[in-house]
Amino acid sequence: MIVVNTETIPGHRIIALKGLVQGNTIRAKHLGRDIGAGLKNLVGGELTAYTELLTESRRQAMERMMAQAQQLGANAILNVRFTTSSVAAGAAELYAYGTAVTVEPVT
Amino acid sequence: MNDTAGVVFLLLWMLVVIGLPIAFIITGRIREKNHFEDIARREAIHRNFPVIDLSLLPAGMTASRSTLVTGQVVIASDYLKNFFAQYRQIFGGEMKSYQTMMQRAKAEARLRMIEDARKLDAVAVINVRFETSQIGQARGKSAAMSEVLCYGTAVMP
Repeated sequence: MIVVNTETIPGHRIIALKGLVQGNTIRAKHLGRDIGAGLKNLVGGELTAYTELLTESRRQAMERMMAQAQQLGANAILNVRFTTSSVAAGAAELYAYGTAVTVEPVT
Repeated sequence: MNDTAGVVFLLLWMLVVIGLPIAFIITGRIREKNHFEDIARREAIHRNFPVIDLSLLPAGMTASRSTLVTGQVVIASDYLKNFFAQYRQIFGGEMKSYQTMMQRAKAEARLRMIEDARKLDAVAVINVRFETSQIGQARGKSAAMSEVLCYGTAVMP
């Protein structure tokens, strides 16, 4: 599965449009990590535990999007976009969406 | 006897109330300075690597493969920055402390994306987008947390 955020794929031609595919996940904060983050707030800087948590969650959202594309018989997703929003105190939604297509290499 | 105990207690109390915040400010500043130095060093390595936000290939470049690359970071301000920011909000103006925080986060996210692309032997990253979101106003007056995501399409020859 080719996943890009451009409208075309270099060296490939679009032969069929399969429609919009999406994947989302909502993650709650982990208490242990939250305490660590609270301590980190004293000096500021990167919160590594949260970076890892969100990286992992975003990957899951992307995997769900890719699974949906596979179901439609697509082999690529174009113009992928990501959004993050906090839906409640301590919960973040990660959303990925794109256009599923079938492509073939240009010979 | 009672007096000395009182003086010792007062000194300890002052150490906690005044000393600790100062220690946190200094630690935060040193870490920020080190981070900016680290960013400058890594940026020098990737100076000639094309990273653009157009969805086309740089002139004279051909590619046969492409894939999504991402870089992300969650960054927090500290309680003291928040405290000073509250006073800044009375008079308005540029909020320097938050500005450097976001600058660090954006540079770090972009560098992570570039390093991700380089690992895949990419020749360029095109259509780069940044996305920032506030992910937590944890509890009450605690520090602001923001997530910065940088993503783009890495192209390989």
